[in-house]
Amino acid sequence: MQRRLKIGVLYSRVRVEEKWIFGALEKRGIDYERLDDRAIHFDLDNAKPWQEYDAVLERSISYNSGLYALRLLNAFGVPTVNTASVAEICGDKLMTSAALARDGVPQPHNMTAFTPEAALEAIEAFGYPVVLKPVVGSWGRLLAKINDRDAAEAVLEHKSTLGSVQHSVFYIQEYIEKPGRDIRAIVIGDKILTAMYRKSEHWITNTARGGEGELCPITPEIEEICLKAAKSVGGGVLAVDLVEHPEKGLVVNEINHTMEFHTMQPVSGIDIAGEIVEYTMSIAKEKVEA
Amino acid sequence: MSTIVCPECEAQIELATGTEVGEILVCSDCGVDLEVTGIEPAAVQLAPMEQEDWGE
Repeated sequence: MQRRLKIGVLYSRVRVEEKWIFGALEKRGIDYERLDDRAIHFDLDNAKPWQEYDAVLERSISYNSGLYALRLLNAFGVPTVNTASVAEICGDKLMTSAALARDGVPQPHNMTAFTPEAALEAIEAFGYPVVLKPVVGSWGRLLAKINDRDAAEAVLEHKSTLGSVQHSVFYIQEYIEKPGRDIRAIVIGDKILTAMYRKSEHWITNTARGGEGELCPITPEIEEICLKAAKSVGGGVLAVDLVEHPEKGLVVNEINHTMEFHTMQPVSGIDIAGEIVEYTMSIAKEKVEA
Repeated sequence: MSTIVCPECEAQIELATGTEVGEILVCSDCGVDLEVTGIEPAAVQLAPMEQEDWGE
């Protein structure tokens, strides 16, 4: 008789997405354990308790906790959704851009510098306005639209003085006049599940910042760029954010590896939580059958 | 249905059916984020402040 698979769900907060995921696991009668990342610990000399999981689904709210947990789990031979390598790339905008550039996936024009002086030079070469983004961060936090040299000098000085060491990696992006919206698509494995417009009058269209969701038809162009982008970062359960660039067409703005979908699931009517659970189970089965 | 008291403003808040440990509630009176730490008996505490690396 086939052994019953055991799944771990690593989380920090029970947001509505986690509730839906727990619900989907329970509905399917799957043996699973909730792993609060604030309460767990890893003993590097004893991987056994962790190796009891056939797969772990990572839903940590903290990028660092999630990433290190994934690294350890993968080192212990425990399959994870997503893998540590995917989290590493998607959690860092510069690493994502590097992967997309390597694979020729269209993205906004980006520049990087490591000192305020070099960053200012890069910004001046770009022309104004430009956008400065932290390489790690989410929910539209600490994005700065720089309209002129005075603002550039001020923000660069603030970042280098007040920011953590990561803020001295300056990620500079062209400012895109988008049509008051961007597109978020969910990709699981090798298929695109659904897509949504995120509308906002503000230049930051993130729904965590008040952007509204509306269903976006999946065109062949959207499908092609999303699948390419997902493959480029290593694949898994991903949210690909696209921007409609006035000259370049669709470009990939970022890729999220522990996406929220509280707007997307009701807007699309698709059981995204259920699809995530099915994918996690397929990863667990692969391990058992290997 | 259980009732809890907001540790910040002492407002009485009713926990909806299906509330789970680890869930975040917003106090309708003072707007503070509360983390549910128990169901029976119901308990909450102030939720941790957002950190720089939080997100999706």
